[in-house]
Amino acid sequence: MIRGISLRVNGVAYNLHIQDHWTLLDVLRAHLGLTGAKKGCDSGVCGACSVHIDGGLALACLTLAAECEGCEVTTVEGLARSPHELHPLQASFVFYGATQCGICTPGMLMAAKALYDRDPRPTREAIHDAVGGNICRCTGYAKIVRAIEHAHVFEASRLLDPKALMQAQGEEAELLAEESR
Amino acid sequence: MTTAIRKRLPRNDALQKVTGDAQYADDIYLPGMLYGKLLRSPHAHARILDIDTERALALPGVRAVVCGIDTSGIKYGTVPDEQGLAIDKVRFIGDEVAAVAAVDEETAEEALALIDVAYEILPSVHDPLLAMQEGAPVIHEASAHIYDAARNISRRTHLAYGNVEAGFAQADYVFEHTFETQMVNHATIEPHSAVAQYDPGGKITLYSSCQTPFLIRSDLAATLQMPLTRVRVVKPRVGGGFGGKREMMASDFSAAVLAMKTGRPVKVTYTREEALATTRQRHPTRISLRTGVTRGGRVVAKECHMIMENGAYNGRGPDILGSCPNYLTVLYRTPNIHFDGYLVYTNNPPGSAFRGFGNPQIRFADDSQMDIIAAELGIDPVELRHLNVREAGDVTPNKAIITSCGLRECVEEVDRATDFRNRWGKLPFGQGVGLACGHHTCGFKSLLPHDSSAAVVKLNDDGTANVLTGASDVGQGSDTALGMIAAEELGIPFHRIEMTTADTEVTPMDLGSYASRVTFIAGHAVRLAAADAKSQLLEAAADLLRTPPQDLVSENGVICSLEHPERSALVEEAIQHHLAHGPGSPILGRGAYNAPTDRLNRETGEGNTSPAYSFGAQVAEVKVDPETGRVRVIRMTSAIDCGVPLNPTAIEGQVEGSVAGGMGQALLESFSQHEGLILNPSLLEYRVPLAGEMPDMDTIIVETEEKEGPFGAKGVGEFVQIPTAAAIANAVYDAIGVRIHDLPITPDKILAALSKKGVGT
Repeated sequence: MIRGISLRVNGVAYNLHIQDHWTLLDVLRAHLGLTGAKKGCDSGVCGACSVHIDGGLALACLTLAAECEGCEVTTVEGLARSPHELHPLQASFVFYGATQCGICTPGMLMAAKALYDRDPRPTREAIHDAVGGNICRCTGYAKIVRAIEHAHVFEASRLLDPKALMQAQGEEAELLAEESR
Repeated sequence: MTTAIRKRLPRNDALQKVTGDAQYADDIYLPGMLYGKLLRSPHAHARILDIDTERALALPGVRAVVCGIDTSGIKYGTVPDEQGLAIDKVRFIGDEVAAVAAVDEETAEEALALIDVAYEILPSVHDPLLAMQEGAPVIHEASAHIYDAARNISRRTHLAYGNVEAGFAQADYVFEHTFETQMVNHATIEPHSAVAQYDPGGKITLYSSCQTPFLIRSDLAATLQMPLTRVRVVKPRVGGGFGGKREMMASDFSAAVLAMKTGRPVKVTYTREEALATTRQRHPTRISLRTGVTRGGRVVAKECHMIMENGAYNGRGPDILGSCPNYLTVLYRTPNIHFDGYLVYTNNPPGSAFRGFGNPQIRFADDSQMDIIAAELGIDPVELRHLNVREAGDVTPNKAIITSCGLRECVEEVDRATDFRNRWGKLPFGQGVGLACGHHTCGFKSLLPHDSSAAVVKLNDDGTANVLTGASDVGQGSDTALGMIAAEELGIPFHRIEMTTADTEVTPMDLGSYASRVTFIAGHAVRLAAADAKSQLLEAAADLLRTPPQDLVSENGVICSLEHPERSALVEEAIQHHLAHGPGSPILGRGAYNAPTDRLNRETGEGNTSPAYSFGAQVAEVKVDPETGRVRVIRMTSAIDCGVPLNPTAIEGQVEGSVAGGMGQALLESFSQHEGLILNPSLLEYRVPLAGEMPDMDTIIVETEEKEGPFGAKGVGEFVQIPTAAAIANAVYDAIGVRIHDLPITPDKILAALSKKGVGT
């Protein structure tokens, strides 16, 4: 059955006509053009589709779009604070080499953000718990865990500017790395 | 001071990946796009008698149904035995029978159920030892490509080097063991995906989640009977490969055929179940290894019998089997070797390339046995390695040339870092340390008579540069490594390099991401292209600065005279000078590299098929719970020789990912199968390592300078995963005195072995 829903995604309001059985993931990807959340298993196992619904972590592939009536959805596309200011987790992932193929990265970031919002200086155990439902096949997780551990260092840092971050090398980067150890 | 190399620079695709902007094949939505789905065989072995598509075509929303008989039927592959869609027979559960394009996925799926296929079910065989017996079901008809079709042997590799008999005669001890390794899947988090677009002028553009766009173009052009100019393969961002996206898949072929039939773009993305159960796997193997050693611990002869289960189709199997003798000759000095290997068809999912290309299987057997030998001889494992390790300057019995080799230092480094010798055999029951070594190639000349790559470097008038290379970044970071090589050679900052890669129509050719070849071979081509551009740049600067070009250096965006350091110009000033006063063309550098290696001789197995070899040693530290049989890896220390480390962060990333992959195969990953049906095609039940299961990982870089490598670098993509399973198995033995000969090392095997030994219940 087709129904109309209203929801907000990354701060933008949408009125959509959807089928009852459509998942939030398919609606985000195929209908809203938000392909950041990935379909790695479509069965709630890999975590690549992780998003936030009303501030809480959710798997978009197990969520029916119809359930999102009136909800505020945040995807990885909505994680940066502005086009010129990354979220500290994003800067940290770039800086510490936490992304390889990158297919798990959006889900990892959203799972990490749920933790970061509660505790920006988490223990390793808390990080392992937080990303326990996110599979990465490339990195062996070490750099992901480190990036989450040290993300807080980037708060208010000049390196939240994407351009500055990509040019970061030499002393500035070394100093920051030192500080974060 | 370097401009780029040796620095921990951020990946040039990282920003796209953390913001969700990175576009993968399944992220592509084209106007009017249809969704394709594949009908797969429910039978392990059957003859196709008839396919009736009428009911499917009548379903509203269905735009096309294609069967094998609608296609050319041309077989493809290294040793061709596979069709894009099956025509006469299906050979495993999941073999592709038909393809549907519809307006949405649900309709396409519904249509699959409406295709009526009449099968004649044939007896199937699922164990390679049974498949080799007379009277077993014959899976492929006899052809020139197949060694013995009646016994389902696709390929036999039977070779000897040195004098094996004399070698064993010198041995004081002979050890003989059999090891088994299981089928494992790449399980990339991105399933295979392809989007095809057909223009009425007769041209296919395929966006494919792949590692080898140029090879897929060849296979697609051949099977569609079109010239290479009419087939364009573009690799978008790829969500992991590890060898699983090295070949044309039915997704690629079907998307193209459906697009041609409908005139509309068609996307075929596999489900997780399809990716796990119907694509490619690491070959399961049974390896019997007989090794002769002297009293002093020197390996003098080795005999290896290997059964490699091919599954239903060859994939890269013949080349993998053909590589296996190399894996025994290169790592340890073994003068006399006899290898007899069989690649055996079964009605199970096809095996093919997977990080290590047969090397992890051989290494699990050989380095497990080295550990047994060490214990029996009373020589510690470190010493035993020192007595046998390969050294730079060696030529192996099958003529591989070892140019640079830091293996001895790697063994020393892991020993020192883990205090191995003082702990081995001395830890309390339940705790253990295990050592293993590994090596791999930096390219492989076998499939084609060349192992080559080319690149173009274009300099822009603002001092930036575009690099065009066919090399395929599938997540390992080759776009970054190659960009750094270009930056270093040109002497301009890395962030001013823009990479355009892996598009068969736009970029120069590269064979793809496999054999740990990209940094080495594509890197070499990029360096030469950048050097060509730089020589033109320095000519322009020489004219501008009134000093000979050989007096100039380019570093960090500045060109400076060595003799008169006060004379300098920015790179962009020199480029602008070239544009204003030169022949009117912008600076364009070209480079190409064909590794100076030998093509694998399939008869003798001889030849230096790789321009260099990377080496490493690994120590696993484990805890084994004798109550539950559970193994936990506490720490993994890897010492690696990948030549000059271009980007330490990227190298650590490869090491850590390799440890995860190796640990997965050692402890967790396996398929349950019943007569060819995979019972656990889900990431819930096909268990790969999670964050909380990973050990602490230390990476020690043992630097060598590889003269043939770009800036002295060697490949790092595969060799670290190769020793991991043996290191863990050896540590388990050290912990509880139990040797597990077959992977994975699961709690039930540990408990059974302990119980047999009289420990525990």
